[in-house]
Amino acid sequence: MKRSTAAIHGWLLLLPAMAILALFTHWPAFATLIDSFFSTPRPRRPQRFVGLENYEVMLSDPVFWQAVSNNLWFAAWTIPASIILAMLMAVLVNDRIFARGFVRMAYFTPTVLPMIAVANIWLFFYTPQYGLLEQILGFFGFPSHNWLGSKDTALAAVTVVAIWKEAGFFMIFYLAALQQIPPHLAEAAALEGASRWTYFRRVQFPLLMPTTLFVLINAVINAFRMVDHLFVLTRGGPDNATTLLLYYIYEVGFSFWDTSYAASLTMVLLAVLAFTALVQYGVLEKRVHYR
Amino acid sequence: MRRREFLKGTAAAAGAVIAAPSISRAAKLEVSFYYPVAVGGPITKLIDAYARDFEKENPDIKLNPIYAGTYQETIVKALTAHKSGVPPTTSVLLSTDMFTLIDEEAIVPIDDFVKTEEDKKWLASFFPAFMLNSQTGGKTWGVPFQRSTIVLYWNKELFKEAGLDPETPPANWTEQVEFAKKLTKDGQWGIQVPSSGFPYWLFQAFAIQAGAVLMNQEGNETYYDKPEVIEALEYWVSLSREHKVHPPGIVEWGTTPKDFFERKCAMMWTTTGNLTNVRNNAKFPFGVAMLPAGKRRGSPTGGGNFYISSKAGKSEQEAAFKFIQWCTSPERAAQWCVDTGYVAVRPDSWETPVLKKYVEEFPQAAVARDQLEFAVAELSTHENQRVTKALNDGLQAALTGSKTPAQAMKDSQAEAERILRAYR
Amino acid sequence: MSGAASYGPYEPRGSGRVLESVAAWMLAILWILPLAYAVWTAFHPAEYSARFDLTAPLTLENFARAWSAAPFARYFLNTVILVALVLVCQLILCTLAAYAFARYEFPGSSIAFALVLAQLMIMPDVLIVENYKTLNKLGLVDSIPAIALPYIASAFGIFLLRQTFKTVPKELDDAARVEGASALQTLLKVYVPLARPVYLAYGLVSVSYHWNNFLWPLIITSSVESRPLTVGLQVFSSTDQGIDWAIICAATLMTSAPLLVGFLLFQRQFVQSFMRAGIR
Repeated sequence: MKRSTAAIHGWLLLLPAMAILALFTHWPAFATLIDSFFSTPRPRRPQRFVGLENYEVMLSDPVFWQAVSNNLWFAAWTIPASIILAMLMAVLVNDRIFARGFVRMAYFTPTVLPMIAVANIWLFFYTPQYGLLEQILGFFGFPSHNWLGSKDTALAAVTVVAIWKEAGFFMIFYLAALQQIPPHLAEAAALEGASRWTYFRRVQFPLLMPTTLFVLINAVINAFRMVDHLFVLTRGGPDNATTLLLYYIYEVGFSFWDTSYAASLTMVLLAVLAFTALVQYGVLEKRVHYR
Repeated sequence: MRRREFLKGTAAAAGAVIAAPSISRAAKLEVSFYYPVAVGGPITKLIDAYARDFEKENPDIKLNPIYAGTYQETIVKALTAHKSGVPPTTSVLLSTDMFTLIDEEAIVPIDDFVKTEEDKKWLASFFPAFMLNSQTGGKTWGVPFQRSTIVLYWNKELFKEAGLDPETPPANWTEQVEFAKKLTKDGQWGIQVPSSGFPYWLFQAFAIQAGAVLMNQEGNETYYDKPEVIEALEYWVSLSREHKVHPPGIVEWGTTPKDFFERKCAMMWTTTGNLTNVRNNAKFPFGVAMLPAGKRRGSPTGGGNFYISSKAGKSEQEAAFKFIQWCTSPERAAQWCVDTGYVAVRPDSWETPVLKKYVEEFPQAAVARDQLEFAVAELSTHENQRVTKALNDGLQAALTGSKTPAQAMKDSQAEAERILRAYR
Repeated sequence: MSGAASYGPYEPRGSGRVLESVAAWMLAILWILPLAYAVWTAFHPAEYSARFDLTAPLTLENFARAWSAAPFARYFLNTVILVALVLVCQLILCTLAAYAFARYEFPGSSIAFALVLAQLMIMPDVLIVENYKTLNKLGLVDSIPAIALPYIASAFGIFLLRQTFKTVPKELDDAARVEGASALQTLLKVYVPLARPVYLAYGLVSVSYHWNNFLWPLIITSSVESRPLTVGLQVFSSTDQGIDWAIICAATLMTSAPLLVGFLLFQRQFVQSFMRAGIR
């Protein structure tokens, strides 16, 4: 095949996917940037260039800062907690425990249940007085607490739901990876008298690194993307205590109809994600061999 | 060559899939109708039946009800559709969204369709309290339909257990606290006023009772930091903090009726729209009363109005108007009230046999009507969503204890001021 | 190795196995609690949704009520059409693109690949405002294709298939070409069959993702005719008149039953295909 025909064929094959990507990823990302420099068009006030005004508003918007700090807190808990739990779960169900099939299924259920639906169930768990959590804690003599209705615990409560949702999904990836570790490694380690913990730390854990990288990236993205449960549990309240960035973007964009301000908020989210990408390709890529 | 064909085939297939759901227009006059329905069940059936009956009487009109979720979601959907060019001909949206809809030029005044003497009489037939949120600048923009106010529900059994007269609800703020104190014991709160989602609405009742007004009729000024407003908030906060008769923190709106059924609270404030729900699910005798008075009695009105889209065709608009008139005839408003618990929107429907009989059997239903005398327009301004969010945030901050009532209201007012400056 | 030949040296036996099982079980019970609660509540009258009494009567009424309270049949149909549409388009688009990246050398391919990978980070989920505007201009708002379109070119799918196609021996490709097969025939006859486990794994992830996706469908749909299950469920359980958990749980079970059953049936294949696909 000649080089030029190959090039044409190559691009033709690529064309449909690239066209869709351009239309729904590259262009909107670019348009977001442009829109963030304009005012929101209203019937009586047409759109005009406002430069950095949207960003100035953002910097002085306490709800934005609250959303940022909430989101960082949310990420700081969901990412490590779901990864560690996923790894633990995978190690457990990789061993021959009793009723392994059931346990595996139990861990995986959050992935198949729609978040919006289980959020209603979690709402019951957190309901004061007769909710499940209250019934259990009350049984042990703890006082009643309004988990979603107080500013100190609302964010933690929605974070727990997110961890529950994620860990089971990530477990599958770890399980697949664990099953690919050749058995002779375990035998060799056993011959050298390594303990179970040493075997995990020295053999399993390093071999899981590529999986961890993959899962880590997904966890980071999800930490800035998971907002479904907020629609049911708190709607961002009380007093914005559980407002996450994407939820705030939704609120500004589709409830206040301030699309330009929503665009500048989206830019922040895009910057966070781009930064994550850079870290991934720049730093982690060098240290972990990615297939 | 074969590859080309393959690609072409794929493109054609994709094209067909994408084009498939394009809307086909029938010859009949089609009136689409957004309706906010919270709990699926009975209300969709009622509306479907209305649509069918209306179509039977008007065979040239096809009515297409679309159920769009909560009020919040429905306004989002309606405005979204307005911006994308194919809005519903008519929708039932919160009466408070009037200013937002006017600003977006999404609706036309109802007056445009009122031509005959009969039409004028119809427009004048509603409870004045409901028209407060339907008119501005000398024009009528919405027609009251699914309207409600806040009332107090109380559990007569728990009243008896606490040594209170089960037939006498608290009449004023002091009694409300006293009764609630007697009703509070381990695992049971005296009173519960929900504060999730849209606390501003319930708060407005406190504010009216304290003699405060939250905004002006033009919808471009708010008075969140006036002393009476702060006093109202202090009273609400004191229920949980000082008197310990109300659950601390934010009380979820959605679970409040359930709390009441589970005997976890002896009194609750919620919408009259919950009347049928409570009647079906409370396993004990209950009473419904007007909200206790502070300096005066009062409750905001709430609920939905009919609006007509500005982007619909002239004949569709006329058909929608016809439907709206049809829905708000005295007999139908009466039946609606019986079926749902919402307040029948015009005085003469309370004179119909249907509603008279209903009130006789179930006197609680009349409470909301009687309270209308004291009702005040619900908080509604330009950029309504944002301005009410400013208040909601402040209220929740005060209720969760992260700000004092005075500080919270000062912050809310500053935020509302910033948003509304552009509208003066 | 004798006796327990299939046991690895670090697999717990005897009391260790019991101990580890108990730990795994406790975690499993925590994890399955929401589902267990949904089952309990869905099959009992509403009074028992906050009371756990073993003598509570069983009922199917909640399912009947939920089913008749909202057009779930239509929502099901919409969701099935949606996930099928997304999956088919994804498979076609990603296969073609992955083939180009794996087997063609052409100018700009590395830039194009980087542009594709950008979507791994900048997902359609965060570009809701602009994507809404685009679909609005295309006149597609409130239609099933509008829900699907932003997702049908999947960077994840392209990346995954490219990795797999690269492992296909060049000789197989050459042999097919010698027999006179065109590029697309080679792709269909050689590459696609060899990548079957990858397709399966990717398909399962895609289906479960789009079955459960919520925010974007919430924004882009407004009518029963296009609304998928998740949004229908949210509309159905909105709380203006108070929550009735019994009927919500029944609806939840109904809507997620296909995925749950699917997972139970395909559990083994699911994990194995992940293994073979080398997603790690």
